Amino acid sequence: MKILYGMQQPDEGTITVGGEQVVLSNPGDAIARGIGMVHQHFMLADNLTVLENVVLGAEKLYGIGGKARAKIKEISDAYGLNVRPDVLVEELGVADRQRVEILKVLYRGAKTLILDEPTAVLVPQEVDALFDNLRELKAEGLTVIFISHKLGEVLSVADEITVIRRGTTVGTAEPSKTTTKQLAEMMVGSELPTPETTESTVTDVPMLKVDGLHLGQTDLEGIERIVLDQISFTIHKGEVLGIAGVEGNGQSELVEAIMGMRDPDAGVITLDDADISHAPTRRRRESGIGYIPEDRHRHGLLLEAPLWENRILGHVTEKPNSKGGLLDIKAARADTERIVEAYDVRTPGIEVTAASLSGGNQQKLIVGREMSHNPKLLIAAHPTRGVDVGAQAAIWDYIREARREGLAVLLISADLDELIGLSDTLRVMYRGRLVADADPATITPEELGSAMTGAATGHLEHTEDDER
Amino acid sequence: MNKLTSRIDKERLFLGLAAPVLAVVAALVVTAMVILATGKNPGPAFNDMLTYGFASDSQVYILNKATTYYLAGVSVAIGFRMNLFNIGVDGQYRLAAFFAAVLGGALTVPGWLAVPLILICAMATGALWAAIAGILKVTRGVSEVISTIMLNSIATAIIAYLLQPGKLAQLQQGGTVVATKPLPSSSHFFGINTGPAGDLWGFIFVAVAVGIAYWFVLGRTRFGYDLRTVGQSESAAAASGVSVKKMIATSMIISGAVAGLIGMPTLLNDSYQFSSDFPTGIGFTGIAIALLGRNNPIGIALGALLWGFLERTTNHLEFQGYDKEILGVIQGVIVLCVVIAYEVVRRYGLKRQQQKVGAELAAQAAATTKKQEVA
Repeated sequence: MKILYGMQQPDEGTITVGGEQVVLSNPGDAIARGIGMVHQHFMLADNLTVLENVVLGAEKLYGIGGKARAKIKEISDAYGLNVRPDVLVEELGVADRQRVEILKVLYRGAKTLILDEPTAVLVPQEVDALFDNLRELKAEGLTVIFISHKLGEVLSVADEITVIRRGTTVGTAEPSKTTTKQLAEMMVGSELPTPETTESTVTDVPMLKVDGLHLGQTDLEGIERIVLDQISFTIHKGEVLGIAGVEGNGQSELVEAIMGMRDPDAGVITLDDADISHAPTRRRRESGIGYIPEDRHRHGLLLEAPLWENRILGHVTEKPNSKGGLLDIKAARADTERIVEAYDVRTPGIEVTAASLSGGNQQKLIVGREMSHNPKLLIAAHPTRGVDVGAQAAIWDYIREARREGLAVLLISADLDELIGLSDTLRVMYRGRLVADADPATITPEELGSAMTGAATGHLEHTEDDER
Repeated sequence: MNKLTSRIDKERLFLGLAAPVLAVVAALVVTAMVILATGKNPGPAFNDMLTYGFASDSQVYILNKATTYYLAGVSVAIGFRMNLFNIGVDGQYRLAAFFAAVLGGALTVPGWLAVPLILICAMATGALWAAIAGILKVTRGVSEVISTIMLNSIATAIIAYLLQPGKLAQLQQGGTVVATKPLPSSSHFFGINTGPAGDLWGFIFVAVAVGIAYWFVLGRTRFGYDLRTVGQSESAAAASGVSVKKMIATSMIISGAVAGLIGMPTLLNDSYQFSSDFPTGIGFTGIAIALLGRNNPIGIALGALLWGFLERTTNHLEFQGYDKEILGVIQGVIVLCVVIAYEVVRRYGLKRQQQKVGAELAAQAAATTKKQEVA
């Protein structure tokens, strides 16, 4: 994907656009060849209008005035995008912003559109509207590459499906002749490591209890939005509680509330019989919470600091990192060497900056660090996101091993197979509430998916016809 | 493997030095062109700067100046390490020096008690003045840049109001200068008599101590680690358990306390009173020096010495028929070049390291597969 958009160079192989072999050395080349990309994270300036955002960087095409406005109108009408050029982007919802992104790409003359996980942030109705837009585009003769891990969506929108697993094409399929199950088999494969856990290690000793957690947030317009609503659950020693849900339904906020980065309005969080509802983050960490953050660059690492300083991060008050108020640099370095060795972090040394490691190795360093302080509770948010297959299997192993030793794990993931495979208990989060629960032994990803979009609630039972 | 890490270290050191050296060289080139443009020959000018700058009386002068500048640089650097731009160092030190001078003039206790009291008063005043900006930032989200600029102006106004005969100052006998009551000679800080070259201010030892404390606290303590974490990534710091707001307020206060010391070498070793001609603008000099020294305690010292050297020698150039504005040109160009050079070198270093790590890992991987094949 990055290669197609010219952000990375292929080692070998060719790209052919419209019968002509091309070399794409930067995104500019790609745009010139009519390839446009809609990123998962929107790249829009909130304080500019839609018109300004669209012409930004492409002022040469149609100017910035009436001609540009007319062109935007024309594109918008042609594909039914329904974009209003003079509204400020900050006033738009997620779905509208996505349409602006699509329009931006079309405005630059793209004939091939790459959409990277476009539905991750959308609610079902918005997904349907997006699909209608995509069909319009298709009808007008444009090519769309739709990247998604949601099988149902792929089946409903695509004309041809290519399954890529770990960087190689494993097969192509026609949606009309394929079921989600066949697709899933192609995606997962049998020879690859699976997140399956064998025997249950769940005890009846509660480790983390969350009761009636409520968190409100006031947005820019001063309207209070409820982010977390009546969240209650218990994780026992040796239990992995998985939380499924479309991203942006309150999972990050839940993690931040448990970590103490957000102060809940109501509710009680109890860790090992101690009330930590309003305790500072550092005390929570000291009392045994390990944290694998969702965004390791933002929350888990100091990118420009050497590995041994990153080993101290989050555990500066604990051994071996410090003695009294002083850092114990020698011990911290020695322990970093140990982590690098034990967790197979591929690095030439502990003096290199964290930024120079690959994503998988960064993640292994974080996992090693968090596991080194004998946590009672591990919060793992998307622990294998952006991680290569070897590291993924290793990280699953560490979680399983720790679980056997009585660790309680709160697992949040967008990878439903990972969730179903690792969890002992599953809950589904939708719009800040835990709306459903399921037994991972019998549930299928599709059934979970229906609850993730709010279509199903309560206890999910596996049924043979997949309908409820 | 050890060999590689040491090589990276050496390279890092080299890259660290490359930026300031590049900047100073570029500044000299630009200055030479400016002198040429004014129709004069730059060669003798540089020559004069060198010979005059290393004369013994110049050396004492430069060290004394650098003492003040060093404290200013450290004060600003504390903020920089936190990603805080404490422009208010200027107002903080002037206000601190003023109140310390008032207190010093009023005290009748022996010197061993008076000097510490004066220093504490100065640090407390600087800290309080900086705390206003810090608290505004954490409670109301006011940018410290804006608030400290404002506080500088307010400090100027407060000093102007209080530095009047009948308020906290007096008209000097026979003179036209309005100043605070002079410190009794028992409250003077010790100096080292170097003969005809003049007195070396004893406060230089305090400056060295501040530098060591800065290095130790930032590099070797938990508190310093937390502070650097916030400076590198606020989000990672919060997730790691640092209270970012508390840290911002604390570091602002510490920066202000050190700023309070800036006026002390002048007050305790030289002027012994605060008058309307007390040096101003050193806070801004501190920003330049902290930038030049990369917030590194030794780097700041070199920057401070360079600044003192430039000031001393360009003053002398005036007598040789050159324009003294050359000082501003050199200093300005150095700061500009330094900012650019650091960014270029930083990016280059990061990229280079990434490539190196990649190459090293690929070599390792190749080696293991080979071994396996043999086995």
